[in-house]
Amino acid sequence: MRHPRFGRAEPGEEDPNARSQGEVPRPGQTPSQTIGPFFSSALLGRGRDTPAPPGVRGTRIRVEGRVLDGAGDPVSDAMIEVWQANADGRYDHPSDRREDAEVHGDFHGFARLGTDTAGRFRLETVKPGPVPGRGNARQAPHLNLVVFARGLLDHLCTRAYFSDEPEANAADPVLAAVDPPRRDTLIAVLEGARQAPLPLVYRFDIRLQGGGEPVFFEF
Amino acid sequence: MFRPRGADSRPPNRFHAYGSTALRAPSRPAVAIGQTLSETTGPSRLAGVPDTDADLTRNARAGGEPQGERIVVSGRVLDEDGRPVPDTLVEIWQTNAAGRYRHPSDGHDAPLDPDFSGEGRTRTDEEGRYRFLTVKPGAYPWGNHYNAWRPAHIHFSLFGPAWATRLVTQMYFPGDPLLGLDPILRSVPGEAARARLVAAFSLDVTEPGRALGYEWDIVLRGRFDTPPLG
Ligand SMILES: [Fe+2]
Repeated sequence: MRHPRFGRAEPGEEDPNARSQGEVPRPGQTPSQTIGPFFSSALLGRGRDTPAPPGVRGTRIRVEGRVLDGAGDPVSDAMIEVWQANADGRYDHPSDRREDAEVHGDFHGFARLGTDTAGRFRLETVKPGPVPGRGNARQAPHLNLVVFARGLLDHLCTRAYFSDEPEANAADPVLAAVDPPRRDTLIAVLEGARQAPLPLVYRFDIRLQGGGEPVFFEF
Repeated sequence: MFRPRGADSRPPNRFHAYGSTALRAPSRPAVAIGQTLSETTGPSRLAGVPDTDADLTRNARAGGEPQGERIVVSGRVLDEDGRPVPDTLVEIWQTNAAGRYRHPSDGHDAPLDPDFSGEGRTRTDEEGRYRFLTVKPGAYPWGNHYNAWRPAHIHFSLFGPAWATRLVTQMYFPGDPLLGLDPILRSVPGEAARARLVAAFSLDVTEPGRALGYEWDIVLRGRFDTPPLG
């Protein structure tokens, strides 16, 4: 089927969007706009507060932190979204076609978290395994995070690595792309050992602006 | 691999006319990283959507019918190559016809509507189509500057096929005199890109005797068929 506005080529036709012809430009991306302050009842809740419901295979962890603004005040109207691999390092997505890591039952890898009046958020999940990087590289276990809030015109993308994975972190290609003094801003810090079945607790604060501001990524 | 974010369609972190960016915009530029499996995968098994949730004129009734002008908002979710993005979650939220959100921190002195929550969700079909029935949202004042008013808008949240295609945005209405005055819309650098946030009135989408129709296509990042070298 051909969409008139974009003139997409059928198989065997010349692609009218081909750069060499310099004709119809590609339709532009729809711009980002702020999530504003009034999203919470539409987006939060709805059973999406953990990537790994209880019973999913892996080490239970809790990641706690606060979202703070440039004055150090809590951001009480932020939303954090989490996307992570399972304990074997497999993403629950059709593009992850690896056969050496399996999908785990109820694990789906996605969560949405709000912040409270003190800017606090809390993630209950399993610790992700290492995942493939580009080429033959291997990435250290990490959580992919995005932050939305009033005052953020575009969402901010960052990652949380784990302080008890020093060797994997040292070999991680994304951390290697970051100025060494800023790498610590991407590390969730293990707070004291707990005994099973209590989860391991990590601390990861997100200062949107100023000293200690985490590295935000674009990709 | 996904094509880069368009420079003309990406607002800056710090935009002086929008006061809330002052203490929330990161002070350092983002660090560019190559896409890995972490960015080219994304949430695909989001909880199912009940059919009734695309009809905001019915999904929160408390015995009556919402006040306001009924409208249909529909369109397609496409990538930059015009390919439909099928089976992706589309979530919306908006004010009622009087310009008031059903949200505890909305202090605007305008009436709440007991029959309207302003929230809806649906999934795109195989051709990337979505369709909502709702009422036209109202403009509302905000504290950004003296006599500041947001143009009528509907907030949209989309996932697309990957973490890299996540999009939260707002749809505006054609001919609204507030469009040129709105710092949030004006934060988008390109004029053509700003125009892409404004829906078009459509007689085809309009339902005779029932609801005016607006058409709005949403374009997510496209895919390179083969990863670029380097
Ligand atoms: Fe709004």
